[in-house]
Amino acid sequence: MDLTQLTLKEAIDLAKKDGAQPLLDAFSKRAQALNPKINAFLRFDPAKVEKNTEPGSLHGVPVSIKDNICIDGREVTCASRILAGHVAPYNATVIEKLKKAGAALFGQCNMDEFAFGSSCETSAFGPCKNPWDLTRVPGGSSGGSAAAVAADMTLAALGSDTGGSIRQPAALCGVVGLKPTYGRVSRYGLIAFGSSFDQIGPLTKTVEDAAILTNIISGHDPKDSTSASQNVPDFTQALQRDVEGLRIGLPKEYFIEGIDPEVEKSVRQAAEVYRKLGATIKTVSLPHTEHSVAVYYIVAVAEASSNLGRFDGVEYGLRVPAKDLREMYFETRDQGFGQEAKRRILLGTFVLSAGYYEAYYLKGQKVRTLIRQDFEKAFREVDVILSPTSPTPAFKIGEKTADPLAMYLSDIFTIPANHAGIPAMSVPCGFKTVPGTMGTGSGTCPAGVPGTVELPIGMQLMARPFDEASLFRAGYAFEQEVGIYKKKPKL
Amino acid sequence: MEFQIDKVAELARLNLKPEEKTRLGKDLGAILDYAQKLNTLDTANVAPTSHVLNLENVFRADEVKTSNAAEKALEHAPHRDGDFFKVPKIVQRD
Repeated sequence: MDLTQLTLKEAIDLAKKDGAQPLLDAFSKRAQALNPKINAFLRFDPAKVEKNTEPGSLHGVPVSIKDNICIDGREVTCASRILAGHVAPYNATVIEKLKKAGAALFGQCNMDEFAFGSSCETSAFGPCKNPWDLTRVPGGSSGGSAAAVAADMTLAALGSDTGGSIRQPAALCGVVGLKPTYGRVSRYGLIAFGSSFDQIGPLTKTVEDAAILTNIISGHDPKDSTSASQNVPDFTQALQRDVEGLRIGLPKEYFIEGIDPEVEKSVRQAAEVYRKLGATIKTVSLPHTEHSVAVYYIVAVAEASSNLGRFDGVEYGLRVPAKDLREMYFETRDQGFGQEAKRRILLGTFVLSAGYYEAYYLKGQKVRTLIRQDFEKAFREVDVILSPTSPTPAFKIGEKTADPLAMYLSDIFTIPANHAGIPAMSVPCGFKTVPGTMGTGSGTCPAGVPGTVELPIGMQLMARPFDEASLFRAGYAFEQEVGIYKKKPKL
Repeated sequence: MEFQIDKVAELARLNLKPEEKTRLGKDLGAILDYAQKLNTLDTANVAPTSHVLNLENVFRADEVKTSNAAEKALEHAPHRDGDFFKVPKIVQRD
């Protein structure tokens, strides 16, 4: 039996009996073999995987962490040169919780620099590749987390989601990714991008695995005053394989020109599956969807430019020597930040600057209200909203790097949930077969069709604030019905 | 629109190379043009969203606790002098 193919649930059951060491050995071996090809881990040293013998529910199994979440005593870089060599002086709250639950922290995952990106190509330490086709992106920004889980290099991972950074890579890599309700999970120790948007969440092989990790990481934290005091139910109780009577909405604004026909077909077939299982399907409207990307690239970058003000060479990370303090700020930031980080810092600085604040930032915040109200209205009619996660499957490395706006628009279906703060989950729902690239070592080859690769397609489920349980219920019912999660990339 | 890259780069404390200025200026102009579409919406009577949880002030008990955070933060400073972060001269003499 190949232990790396187990789900988190299966691995926990095994570790309960036999201990976690066989699992840690198997994943170490596979991660070492595959990481040079995929670059999912920025840092991975099998000799340094600390065993966890806490008596918690995870029984010592490995979980990987996106490299913008602080682990006491370990380097944390946000995939940026400006933080290279920086050692976190404390644990993020999610790390405390994982350790207490008995997780072995296993490798820090590659990402877009400071989570600015949808492809993992802005990492200062080289792009991560999609395990289904190594010439394509894994999505981003939590691309390393998604690729590591998809390639069975780890059992499960944490990522962060500001505009789709968990869900979009989950969709492109064929794994489950949950962005919990804003405030559900403590952000303490997550290096901030857009503080009113950021949420930490799991990337896993199955919906059940996501429920297990969400149970562990959720809850109010006195160290994060924006974490919510709502009670955390046991999300595994929602895994009932029953959607009888659930009202599911298809937002008409999410099935638009520019969406890949295979993606649309796959999501509409998922709606049919739900109908067969007893759910009610109806069309709903989220009329301000088309404005969500523009609002995001005003409001989120404003927050980002402010959050990244702290990287100036004084207290941590890179310092470029200069004749005086002022010059040190300018030189350190010039040499430390990559192009996308600079682009967003400049844009954020501009929209907050005197004379432009009202026209851009305030306007953006007002339209954010309209986007939130769209969801409030829609959720009076339905319990869950079903849409594509991303308009297309994984695109080629380099395909969108020259056109930032085209890259930004690939997040059009995931950004609205961050504006509204609602929970949203991506679940694999199909595949698109495309011609493969010869001689690139890319992996998959479906039965009978040589020279082609299969690219995963993800569907997105969204629910009311703090109703992650409905996402688990709907996600689990679909996943168990169609069984797509069992399919693996050939590596 | 024309993006005033020099002025904004100065505010953001970023040195940019000449080729970066051209490229980033062009990208940012295009993004702001795209953002103009928001002006088609009437938001005169809409309250801005600064935060989705609508939180009021959040307080905690004012209790003294021990912490070694300052020491740990200084451990990894780029340049440390005793209990201080050391930086280059702030004002240059001519």
